[in-house]
Amino acid sequence: MSPATAVENTARVLCSVHDLVDYSGVVVLHDGRQIALFYLPHGRDRHSAPEVFGIDNHDPFSNANVIGRGIIGDKGGELVVASPLYKQHFRLDDGVCLEDNDIRLATYDVRLEGECVVIA
Amino acid sequence: MQDLTIHAETIHQEKKQLIIIGNGMVGHHCVEQLIERGATQHYQIHVFGDERHRAYDRVHLSEYFSGKDADALALGEANLHDTHGVSLHLGVRISGIDRDRREILTSEGRLPYDSLIIATGSYPFVPPIPGPEVSEHPQARLVYRTLDDLDAIREHASTARRGVVIGGGLLGLEAANALKSLGLEAHVVEFAPRLMPVQLDDQGGAALRERIEALGVGVHTGCATEEIIATSDNDYAYRMHFKGGEHLDTDLVLFSAGIRPQDQLARDCGLEIGERGGIVIDETCRTSDPEIFAIGECALWNGQIFGLVAPGYTMARTVASCLTDVCVPFSGADMSTKLKLLGVDVGSIGDAFGTTEGAKSYRWIDEAGSGYRRLVVSGDGTKALGAVLVGDNSYYDTLLQYVQNGIDLPKDPAVLILPQSEGGAPTLGADALPDTAMVCSCHNVTKGAICQAVDEGCADIAALKIETKASTGCGGCAALLKQVFEHELESRGIEVDKSLCEHFHYTRQELYAMVRVEGIHSFDELLEKHGHGLGCDICKPTIGSILATCWNQPIMDPQNVALQDTNDTFMANMQKNGTYSVMPRVAGGEITPDKLVALGQVAKKYDLYTKITGGQRIDLFGAELHELPDIWEELIKAGFETGHAYGKSLRTVKSCVGNTWCRYGVQDSVAMALELEHRYKGLRTPHKVKMGVSGCTRECAEAQGKDIGVIATEAGWNLYVCGNGGMRPRHAELFATDIDSDTLIRYVDRFLMFYVRTADKLQRTSVWRESLEGGLDFLKEVIIDDSLGLGDELERQMHHVVETYECEWANALKDPEKLKRFRTFVNDKCGDPDIVNVTERDQPRPARANEIDSLAVEIR
Ligand code: SRM
Ligand SMILES: Cc1cc2nc3c(=O)[nH]c(=O)nc-3n(C[C@H](O)[C@H](O)[C@H](O)COP(=O)(O)OP(=O)(O)OC[C@H]3O[C@@H](n4cnc5c(N)ncnc54)[C@H](O)[C@@H]3O)c2cc1C
Ligand code: SF4
Ligand code: FES
Repeated sequence: MSPATAVENTARVLCSVHDLVDYSGVVVLHDGRQIALFYLPHGRDRHSAPEVFGIDNHDPFSNANVIGRGIIGDKGGELVVASPLYKQHFRLDDGVCLEDNDIRLATYDVRLEGECVVIA
Repeated sequence: MQDLTIHAETIHQEKKQLIIIGNGMVGHHCVEQLIERGATQHYQIHVFGDERHRAYDRVHLSEYFSGKDADALALGEANLHDTHGVSLHLGVRISGIDRDRREILTSEGRLPYDSLIIATGSYPFVPPIPGPEVSEHPQARLVYRTLDDLDAIREHASTARRGVVIGGGLLGLEAANALKSLGLEAHVVEFAPRLMPVQLDDQGGAALRERIEALGVGVHTGCATEEIIATSDNDYAYRMHFKGGEHLDTDLVLFSAGIRPQDQLARDCGLEIGERGGIVIDETCRTSDPEIFAIGECALWNGQIFGLVAPGYTMARTVASCLTDVCVPFSGADMSTKLKLLGVDVGSIGDAFGTTEGAKSYRWIDEAGSGYRRLVVSGDGTKALGAVLVGDNSYYDTLLQYVQNGIDLPKDPAVLILPQSEGGAPTLGADALPDTAMVCSCHNVTKGAICQAVDEGCADIAALKIETKASTGCGGCAALLKQVFEHELESRGIEVDKSLCEHFHYTRQELYAMVRVEGIHSFDELLEKHGHGLGCDICKPTIGSILATCWNQPIMDPQNVALQDTNDTFMANMQKNGTYSVMPRVAGGEITPDKLVALGQVAKKYDLYTKITGGQRIDLFGAELHELPDIWEELIKAGFETGHAYGKSLRTVKSCVGNTWCRYGVQDSVAMALELEHRYKGLRTPHKVKMGVSGCTRECAEAQGKDIGVIATEAGWNLYVCGNGGMRPRHAELFATDIDSDTLIRYVDRFLMFYVRTADKLQRTSVWRESLEGGLDFLKEVIIDDSLGLGDELERQMHHVVETYECEWANALKDPEKLKRFRTFVNDKCGDPDIVNVTERDQPRPARANEIDSLAVEIR
């Protein structure tokens, strides 16, 4: 069964939850945009429902499409991904760069629906 | 004429009037001190300065020429006066003091005072040498004291080629440096037979002269200028004639022949003045009129003018205390100075000339390097009285402490000025200082005050500076402050925060011990037991590495995968455009022709840029994430294994060809390199580890630049450790000589495991070695003599790693779950469309931004 058939609203399916990697990232191509998906299987406190985040895969500091391959974690309580090239941190919630607040990555409204990762 | 009296009184009838004349360094410090002590509750304070700038750091005036502007030099907060209701009148000169009516006079009117502080500083003395009219020839009479003076110098220098400074003292040399930095040929003319006659003795002056001449500054000592004449038929604008008939041509003349106290106001109103100038003050800084104080360079205390900022600050504090609370008397000040003049270190401490009765001196003279140090000691040789330093001020802090605090000298006092074999000056441990020891003389901060601030919670140098003001004046005490601070923290058992990161309040070494001792096998478990939050890009890779060293689990196993840096995650090195380089192991640099062909075929098939690395192997660049498994499939089939170029682990063991081929070789260096590389490949370490094996003493494998270096001898091997190339090269140190192969392996096993256990994150063996207390001898005791009884355990741990080795790429290729990660997009099989290559020298390379749009690109 293709994951798409499992959903019945306007949201569009990006991939299956099995494509995600626990506490890490993968990338999907969606309408020509590259979206990095990060997965917290037990939420941001490690004890609640799973959460998935969608953020632009393009790293403005290196101009390479690498954000999805960064390490995630928290800094001062905020969820962040560290760019694998020059290590700037971007907030998963709104894409703002901690080292340079003027820079912000696009974030996407992605969520889990059953076995599917969908975008609004 | 407007009468200032009226509004001053209408506004603050209930407050007393306090007037400060002079808004220089000392006047400003006095305002700060008054504010700090709450004087503004009882006094309406008026400050008058005739310069147009607010108070600035005159000590660092010369930095005006090296990029700092007036704002950067300004002292204190810009809004200090407004916030505290102090009225600041800039560009207003006080023209007189009417003591009978207790009023000061300005061109704008009179203002009454209850108390008056004179802080008018000093003015540059310009000797009455006959010369051209100043109004028409300002460039023949320049001085060096205010920002405006410097503006004038800059202006005239722009059309000049040569400049002469009259006066070879401290300020003269600074002025010469300024002229030099403005691009002029600089000369210094000094009347005395040596430079810096006030601070230095003859030999010190001579050493300084040599150094300064070596910088291209002309030095003319024992030279009295008799006349300056304007010339028109000459290459230069002026000619200076010296006594004795010599002359020197120049385009500008700068006077730095000493300073004179600015005491005119005091003279005019009949205050007591010293014979050679200076407003006479007592120990409360009061002049002969008890309502009038004088502080700073205009004041004469005990027959002495203090031409330095620190004593002026002390006077300012005395006055502030007298006006607000109990008077803290002024009792003189230390005139020791430490300077960098034209880049040359000069220091003068206490009785530099040995004028105390019975004083004896030790002298160290380096004629080749123009260095000089003199230590003056008491007749009985137990106390230091003074010192002179030229060329290296690293000796200053320690000597100053000996002099200021009367610390007993070592048996042979000469050691305090002799060069140390370890390099650097001898240090006096911070614990040897008494609590009364002055650490910062600008702000009068003692060791005791620093201890107190630490007790009250100052946890870093920045906080300490705010709290005590130490090291915020001339800055000369910075090194000592840091030393005392760290010593105090340690002696209180307060750890200088060495936490790995916000998630783990432990050092890497502590975490390593926890993982081993508690048998922790995953990041989650460690986080649960000893950490907070989710972790980050600092702690995850560090702990990933520790887990790998201890348990040698494949890094691609699910519990490890999210911990790795992208290089470890994908077992390749990410390049600037997001592609990866592939670097299979070529142990010892030895490779068969078949393997060479196979590498070539793979590179060709996947269109990879190919390069021989600095580590004797071959790197294939430009592979996309989804191509890595296919590439490795082929490489493994051809007999390759992973090269760990991505890991903090063993990189390469560089070898030379050794006795197999080389006519000089005494052992088989290639075989040894292979043995080492195969033994330690895959070991995860705090930072990368490199090795080298040379077949003889000619050292073609550069083994002494490696973490582990092995050099063949007739009898076996010499082992070297803790070398480094890279950013800060360090020669490896000889660790053991003429050992056989088994001993060599045993030592290296122990050495590496001990390094893994005790090093900090990302600490190469060289840096680790330098931080190791006890140094190389300690290391030899632990490894060779087994002084800690750890030998067996370390070897056991290494055996585990060696026995459980598995090529990480081979492991990953067996497991479809692991391979799922190697997808550029999880929902599409295509590559990253933004990766664009161009061809250069017959190979692909990433297109540069400006090339991407052009049509010449070859899109893949
Ligand atoms: C490929 C290579 C350059 C080359 O084209 O020759 C190279 C490439 C890199 N070096 Fe290197 N180094 C290479 C030999 C060296 C050498 C020479 C040697 O090994 O004999 C040195 C000096 C020797 C030493 O390390 O003591 C060297 C000192 C460094 C340093 C400085 C380390 C230091 O302690 O000072 C870094 C930075 C670091 O590791 O933090 C570094 C870091 C790097 C990194 C990892 C930088 C990065 O993060 O992207 C480069 C990535 C390699 C890649 O993508 O594959 N590379 N690098 C060489 C690979 C050798 C190999 O076969 O494994
Ligand atoms: C280039 C240079 C380098 C130096 N380097 C060092 C060093 O390394 N270490 C060190 O300890 N010291 C150094 N000094 C000396 C230090 O700058 C002085 O000791 C310090 O500035 C003295 O402060 P003061 O307030 O007494 O005098 P000043 O800073 O000279 O201030 C006096 C102020 O009063 C004003 N004034 C005078 N008369 C009147 C009036 N009638 N009405 C209104 N205002 C008036 C003046 O214009 C001036 O602004 C250096 C000085 C110079 C010029
Ligand atoms: S020297 Fe610098 S640029 Fe060259 S490979 Fe090494 S790290 Fe990269
Ligand atoms: S001694 Fe000048 S700042 Fe401390």
